[in-house]
Amino acid sequence: MSTTYTKTISGSDAFTPDREIDLRRHRRLGESITQAILFACGMISILTTIGIVIVLLQESSHFFASPDVSLIEFFTGRMWQPQIGAFGIWPLLNSTIMTTTFAMLVAIPIGLAVAIYLSEYAHERARKVVKPTLEVLAGIPTVVYGYFALTWFTPLLRGVFGNDRVQIYNTLSAGLVMGVLILPLIATMCEDALHAVPRSLREAAYGLGATKLETSVKIVLPAATSGIAAAIILGISRAIGETMIVAIAAGAGPNFTFNPFKGAETITGHIVRISGGDLSFESIDYNSLFALALVLFLITLALNLLSQRIVAKFREEYE
Amino acid sequence: MNLSIKISAPTSFSQLNPTTEQNGQYAIEARNLSIFYGSFRAVKDVNMLVEAQKITAMIGPSGCGKSTVLRAFNRMNDLIPSAKTEGEVLFHGQNIYGADIDPVEVRRHVGMVFQKPNPFPKSIYENIAWGVRINGFRGSRSELDALVEESLVRAALWDEVKDKLDQSGLSLSGGQQQRLCIARAIAVKPDIILMDEPCSALDPIATLKIEELMRELSKDYTIIIVTHNMQQAARVSDYTAFFTLDENRAGFLMEFGSTTQIFTNPKERVTEDYITGRFG
Amino acid sequence: MKMSDTTSMPQKTSDLGHGSSNLPARHRIGRIWQTIYFLSTLFGIIILTILLLDIINDSFGYVAITSKVNELTLTESGAPLEDISKEELIIVLEKNLRPNRLKTIIQEKPLEERDTTDLLSIATKEVVQPKVVAVWGLADSIFRKNEIPIQATEIAIQKKIDPATVQIRFVSWLDDDFVTSPQSSDALYAGVRTAMLGSIYVILFTILVAFPIGIGAAIYLQEYASSNWINRLIQTNINNLAGVPSIIYGMLGLAIFVRSLSALTSGAIVNYPNADPNNGRTILSAGLTMALLVLPVIIINAQEAIKAVPNSLREAAYGVGATQWQTVWHHVLPSALPGILTGAILATSRAMGETAPLIIVGASTFITFDPDGIFSKFTVLPIQVYQWTSRPQPEFRAIAAAAILVLLALLLTLNATAILLRNRFSRRLP
Repeated sequence: MSTTYTKTISGSDAFTPDREIDLRRHRRLGESITQAILFACGMISILTTIGIVIVLLQESSHFFASPDVSLIEFFTGRMWQPQIGAFGIWPLLNSTIMTTTFAMLVAIPIGLAVAIYLSEYAHERARKVVKPTLEVLAGIPTVVYGYFALTWFTPLLRGVFGNDRVQIYNTLSAGLVMGVLILPLIATMCEDALHAVPRSLREAAYGLGATKLETSVKIVLPAATSGIAAAIILGISRAIGETMIVAIAAGAGPNFTFNPFKGAETITGHIVRISGGDLSFESIDYNSLFALALVLFLITLALNLLSQRIVAKFREEYE
Repeated sequence: MNLSIKISAPTSFSQLNPTTEQNGQYAIEARNLSIFYGSFRAVKDVNMLVEAQKITAMIGPSGCGKSTVLRAFNRMNDLIPSAKTEGEVLFHGQNIYGADIDPVEVRRHVGMVFQKPNPFPKSIYENIAWGVRINGFRGSRSELDALVEESLVRAALWDEVKDKLDQSGLSLSGGQQQRLCIARAIAVKPDIILMDEPCSALDPIATLKIEELMRELSKDYTIIIVTHNMQQAARVSDYTAFFTLDENRAGFLMEFGSTTQIFTNPKERVTEDYITGRFG
Repeated sequence: MKMSDTTSMPQKTSDLGHGSSNLPARHRIGRIWQTIYFLSTLFGIIILTILLLDIINDSFGYVAITSKVNELTLTESGAPLEDISKEELIIVLEKNLRPNRLKTIIQEKPLEERDTTDLLSIATKEVVQPKVVAVWGLADSIFRKNEIPIQATEIAIQKKIDPATVQIRFVSWLDDDFVTSPQSSDALYAGVRTAMLGSIYVILFTILVAFPIGIGAAIYLQEYASSNWINRLIQTNINNLAGVPSIIYGMLGLAIFVRSLSALTSGAIVNYPNADPNNGRTILSAGLTMALLVLPVIIINAQEAIKAVPNSLREAAYGVGATQWQTVWHHVLPSALPGILTGAILATSRAMGETAPLIIVGASTFITFDPDGIFSKFTVLPIQVYQWTSRPQPEFRAIAAAAILVLLALLLTLNATAILLRNRFSRRLP
């Protein structure tokens, strides 16, 4: 044992490790400050949520506290006319439900078909064209879709069904064009869900002599049900919260109607139109917008949470 | 080499006088070291005294926790959120798992070379200079140049890279990358260099170079190497620690002694089986 | 594809004895559905094409214009105003403008000191006073060019305008004047300069706020956060915020930035000229609102990029004794940066097309001056599109379409920047 612990290292004197090694923690102020700052960045998201909840609750409470408003009327009333003190949410909600339904009529079947095509049939080359197209569709500003609905699709509808039957503003045009906006979301999410279905399942079906269609529709599709459900729910949530298309093309006044050819303002459309005008901060109109936004927030939050829950469960199944 | 007399008793290290460390002969010591991943106990009750300026090899079947033990020596396991360590690892008389110990400080003295060469995506020069700088180097540029050169020379890489120090470290071959990682480790002048299967991703010629380098470096550094390759352990190491799994799949130290003794005269039947290829 | 071929082995199945005859039918149905799937996929591409064609169609084409005064009668030579000299223009103005109006204009800036373009625009707007009678799209202008004069006459008669005063000319609604002129209540002179600058100001401010905070939060969540309740809450919360409708962010911005913090956001606190301390409808409020809106997406994208950095790089840095921040700052962040930037810019480009929250935060005012800082009132391109689209007159539809083209061009630029940045960084990293 001729070696000794203290070794000699040739080289620069500027860097000679201290032989008296002290491993104790010493204050790294910079590190702690940095970590605190980064944590603060993360906390901003919490503050945002708290801000949203407080703002919506506070202003809504002013609204519901007003003598002109009753909670029951708000949730059951079939007339929304602030100038005469009628605050029933149903005309707005009904129109929201209608546009959302029309959007999903486009987005679900076509989105699902695109997903099946991409996941089960498409070659690499086709995917390279379709995927970016979907991304572009999803990236076009919604105000552009609104323009498209009003200046192209509505005239088309009027041409087909007659100018006297179809109003210039109508929920059908806004809803169907909104479907094109939601389509990429549903298509990509469904494709992910189909993609996650294990190969072995497909092979089992092929092994029994199933055709490609039978395999994809009867085996793969059911196996991906929960993922597809999550996509659809998220799509619905997106459609309910979508604003500009309906603000431009669906109608410029609350209207309780089930006629898809008639104009009727949605919740989001109403909020945008009223707040775009000269709005006094102390008026009941101002507060009423927050009550509507609160309803909107709760509906979309519930749908988003449901969708996330389903996705998490789906992951558990296959990963 | 008469060391085998001193450290030949397997596992029962309590009989060794821990004060020998103060004689400056031991670099690091594990005492009752257990490591958990979540609730799974990956390593149990390892006691190990590693002699300074020697090469100690850790061998054993895969999954026996030898890499985990190695990473425990410089608190690399801290990076795995679920990992938890019990017991002590003594280094310079301090338990590196003590409450007031800074893991960064530990790693400055216990360097590491990884299984897959992992140079920084920076120039060859910067790969070495970075570690030196963050460790508080205050010298001039020419002193830094000298230090980079010295490290590369010691890692037997200088002649191959001296004309292309500004090229990316990733442009080198696998073997060269691994020597660059070794140069990077020795540039910060640690006491101990941990090597986690440093040759497993390399071809035989590159492996040979690294092995020669290890022998050379062991004159100044304590080296602990984890290897799958028993020939490698036999070729390069002074001491060998054999790990294996118990019935709960927890790894433990089966036998520890001089390499000669472990390979020629193992005390335990399991060790012999493993070494002769009857298991693992 | 291979798989389905192997299933079509008729002899084999007939040997099995139970009805192989249905196999051709099954394949036929398969082919029909495959075609349906394929057509559905085409649907997106078709709609995208129609949409772009529709917008281009509306941005160019013939217009029929009537003027209060026939410009050819204004000069003795009978030359159009565009062709005459500065001196002649001054004479035209002095002869034809009402004295009061002329005085106001001279008070602003003497006629002699104005340049020809300026004089020409005054002469056109105030003397000639053209008005749009009818607008045609590009397709009609090309394929049904012959019918346009007849239609123009019919429309003029309908609108009780003397057809003789109606001139037909081809207009590119999107031209350099459109991009460089400020907003105007007259479609013929309206431009998007104000709105474009507004969009750019708001987006720059959004980037300034959202990028550092978003990247910081992502680093915290990926590199620092242990799995305790507060960090899990932050993560869940971010995922949920990403799904909140943008209009809700507008309400938040309205209540917090525009109202509660109005003293700050209006600039009154720093004595910004003409600031109304009760009204924070400024670029600052808009930028902050947009920053909150894009933050969740930026954080989620940045987290993905940081997640993709191999662990071996972190180990290498820790192995030579780096602290956590040294590891992150020198190694993790540079490696993840291309991905982070791409994600962040894409998120921001989405924000650039956002309309609803900014309408609510109050960009709706009609303004003709360029924004000059964060306390300035403003409007943005998408809102300009919205306002013009909502006008019933066809000429406003036309400039809305032209504004959409400008908006799409800006978005394209932003996205191209993202891609260039990514390529450039990834080339630098080996």
